[in-house]
Amino acid sequence: MMKIRLTSTVNHEPVELLVEDYKTLLEVLREDLGLTGTKHGCELGECGACAVLVDGEPLLSCLLLAVESEGRHIETVEGLATGGRLHPLQESFADLGAAQCGYCIPGMLMTAKALLDSEPHPSRERICEALSGNLCRCTGYLQIVEAVEAAATSADTDIPAQVRR
Amino acid sequence: MSATSRVIGRARRRVDARAKVTGQTRFADDIMFPRMVHCRLLRSTQPHARIAAIDVSRAARVEGVHFVLTGKDFPVPYGILPVSNDEHALCPDKVRFVGDPVAAVIARDEVTAEHAVQQIEVSYEPLRTFASPAESLGHDEPRIHDYGDHGNVHKAVALQFGDVDAAIASAAHVFDDVFFFEGSTHLPIEQHATVALKDPDGKLVVYSSTQTPHYLHRALAKVLAMPAAHIRVVATPNGGGFGGKSDPFNHEIVVAKAALLLDRPVKICLSREEVFLCHRGRHPVLMRFRTGVNDDGTIAGMDLQTLLDGGAYGSYGVASTFYTGALQTVTYNIPRYRFRGCRVFTNKPPCGPKRGHGTPQSRFGQEVQLDKIAEHLRVDPAEFRLRIVVPPDSLTANYMRVTTIGLADCIRRVVDRSQWEDKFRKLPLGRGVGLACSSYLSGAGLPIYWNDMPHSGVQLKLDRSGGVTAFCGATEIGQGSDDVLVGLIAEVLGIDPFDVRAVTGDTDLTPVDLGSYSSRVTLMMGNAAIQAAERARDILASAVSDRLEIPSDRIVFADRRVFDSERPDHGLTFQEAVCIAEAKFGTIGTIGSYTPPKSAGHYKGGGVGPTPTYSYSASVVEVEVDPQTGWITVPRVWIAHDIGCALNPTLVRGQIEGSVYMGLGEALMEEQAFRRLPPRMSRALVHKFPSMLEYKSPTSLDMPEIFTDLIEHPDPEGPFGAKEVGQGPLLPIMPAVANAVYDAVGVRVDQIPVTPEKIVRALQAKTAGKPARSGPTAFPDIAWPEPLLVAPPWEHGDGRASNEKRKSVAVRS
Repeated sequence: MMKIRLTSTVNHEPVELLVEDYKTLLEVLREDLGLTGTKHGCELGECGACAVLVDGEPLLSCLLLAVESEGRHIETVEGLATGGRLHPLQESFADLGAAQCGYCIPGMLMTAKALLDSEPHPSRERICEALSGNLCRCTGYLQIVEAVEAAATSADTDIPAQVRR
Repeated sequence: MSATSRVIGRARRRVDARAKVTGQTRFADDIMFPRMVHCRLLRSTQPHARIAAIDVSRAARVEGVHFVLTGKDFPVPYGILPVSNDEHALCPDKVRFVGDPVAAVIARDEVTAEHAVQQIEVSYEPLRTFASPAESLGHDEPRIHDYGDHGNVHKAVALQFGDVDAAIASAAHVFDDVFFFEGSTHLPIEQHATVALKDPDGKLVVYSSTQTPHYLHRALAKVLAMPAAHIRVVATPNGGGFGGKSDPFNHEIVVAKAALLLDRPVKICLSREEVFLCHRGRHPVLMRFRTGVNDDGTIAGMDLQTLLDGGAYGSYGVASTFYTGALQTVTYNIPRYRFRGCRVFTNKPPCGPKRGHGTPQSRFGQEVQLDKIAEHLRVDPAEFRLRIVVPPDSLTANYMRVTTIGLADCIRRVVDRSQWEDKFRKLPLGRGVGLACSSYLSGAGLPIYWNDMPHSGVQLKLDRSGGVTAFCGATEIGQGSDDVLVGLIAEVLGIDPFDVRAVTGDTDLTPVDLGSYSSRVTLMMGNAAIQAAERARDILASAVSDRLEIPSDRIVFADRRVFDSERPDHGLTFQEAVCIAEAKFGTIGTIGSYTPPKSAGHYKGGGVGPTPTYSYSASVVEVEVDPQTGWITVPRVWIAHDIGCALNPTLVRGQIEGSVYMGLGEALMEEQAFRRLPPRMSRALVHKFPSMLEYKSPTSLDMPEIFTDLIEHPDPEGPFGAKEVGQGPLLPIMPAVANAVYDAVGVRVDQIPVTPEKIVRALQAKTAGKPARSGPTAFPDIAWPEPLLVAPPWEHGDGRASNEKRKSVAVRS
């Protein structure tokens, strides 16, 4: 087993560490950085629970080797709330019953964030399409989709742009 | 002392929502300790074999391995039901399915442990494999277990309530239908995980993704031969349960033992494939309904037989078997009833309780048969059902006690909302609607093991900070049990739910609650919580009435204040009220307990099915079916649920939509299916697709519009009148889909899942002039035991069996 030096940015903070070469980004986030907010449901790219943003793109961290994130910017659920305020998606997910057991929610939130960052006003169909790789076993998805819609609306009205980032 | 409702019935953010949306909820695999080591299990590659030898020497020599455990380290058997303690943490001498754990490696990390697992050599002596109930019924030898009724029959039961043969013989119409319901699995997104350690005092602590910490606690004490008082089980919030984390599991016991031996924290997290192999999911059930119907559309009698494919171990199977016949009578009047159920062992992962536990399969058959009966009698299926709905406050033929019943309201509501009368038998070819109903328990009336103690306990601590802490053994599996707990207490004490801290699912800290299964928590924990909160309120009221010099019955608790109902400005803050009560009475703590009412049935098996109150649901499902390809989609679902009282409507809606979702998965696609490897390999019986890609479950793209209605007539048994909602709304979906397919294309798919292939097969049969259906055609001859004969209440019965020799020992759910 070999350790490799990894330098990247995680939730806007520089990170430098030695990681085993075989480790996935998921494992490094959870085990080396203690960021256990990112979940796993299969470690085979099937369930979407481990989705994080890599340079703004939602990717499955269980399918990425940590070394592939060298020099890139990673965002996880821990970085979603900023300045002591929850992200509009977090507020709406909490208010509208989108989180039941909550296990798929970090992946859902990150996938939804990527969608809203690129399409601030997605249709319901677009939301369903964007979230279709994230399995949820509790909610039947409807409250999740509604929460994304609500966040898209609230982001326009009362949340300053810099908080949304 | 009446407070207006400020919390109950309001749609609220659940108290644990912030933790969940910030990723701070600590699931079992999120727990890490310094010096923690890891465990991996070696699982059998043989479906049925004797273990001739295990050589762990190479594995033990792998660098980084602490030790290897095998079956000889776990001599004591266990199992969730006292009548079927048939499991060992690691198989001592025999394996019973591909995936049965044989050995465990404890190593510095998962990779090392997995590498070492591969170095273990096991030599097996293969035994005949049983892949289906037919094979198990056909061969008594070799036996998969050396206990059970006979051969490979785990349990066969027969109950008869009145002369059902005479009733059917004299009925104007007799309907005889065979159905099949394929097995499915829970598929929680969280893989099971456990961390065990010795605490600084030398006692065992086990953190686990379990729905039933109390039962795990008991199993650990038994298997490890330790005083239960020296074991602490902490149920971490479950990342989905659905029944799949309700048994004590091999991996939990293995890491507990390893932590004791090594005196270091030991973690295991199952792979997704292992989660499929743990299973304990929906039993595949073949069933036959013979139902006699009178000319006026009432039911004369019903004779139900069920055959359950139990898989390799007992699990909850004896209860599951009774459940396949327990609830037929609580929806519709069935004056005479016979139920015979048989569970056989097969060499597949064990089946157990999945959402609806044993009842969805026979609910499917019953509701599809009712649709056929209505068709034959040329009555509208809604009208037909409305005529035979069970009356409130009644006893059924099998002594299930019905309290309030909102079923008729549910039916009327979905009929109205779906514009049923404009659609049923009126939509163009390829579109159709189907109706079905259901009922479920608000908690099993009896515990898993015999005892006279409460089913749920709540302790409250109030102190001068104004803070309230609620302690309860209930387990948060996503359903919102913590929110129910604090919501009820906040309501009674007139404070905000966020003023109450919940400490739950910890056997060291919390009073026993039996666990999150059988939809029992809201009702049972809820009643205990109200009792504890009312006692606390009385203590505070006594102190405040002294201070304000008014009678205590004028004191109101609301808006974080305690005040005079006649002079609302005359009062104290809640915190001041606690302070003066603490000064007057000393440290403030109260308790509440809940024990359900006694069952009315006193026959063996009569303990499965009773509950304080039944919930009811009705659903109309609309389908679109391509008559060429059989491709089926569900654009709309209407569902009404008799919930008594919705404590937090946001969570209630989530439970109903989640049930519809899971029901659609079962109805359309989910299959826990197996295949034999080819002869050139081992011919082993393996899971067809232990992967989330191949085990199809609905995604956000597959979800229909769901129109949910609540029927709220508070039930006297429930907290603020509440009934269950976590399981009942799943049950009508599968039969409603099948009934809608018939409305759409005129063929019956009498088996679940309803796939395009089966629809096409039925359409082809119809074209060929054969019966326009797809499904099983026969139910095997089973050597049933003599039924216990119990006269129904209206035939002067007293709930006892006339031919039961020994004193009845109720089998518990």
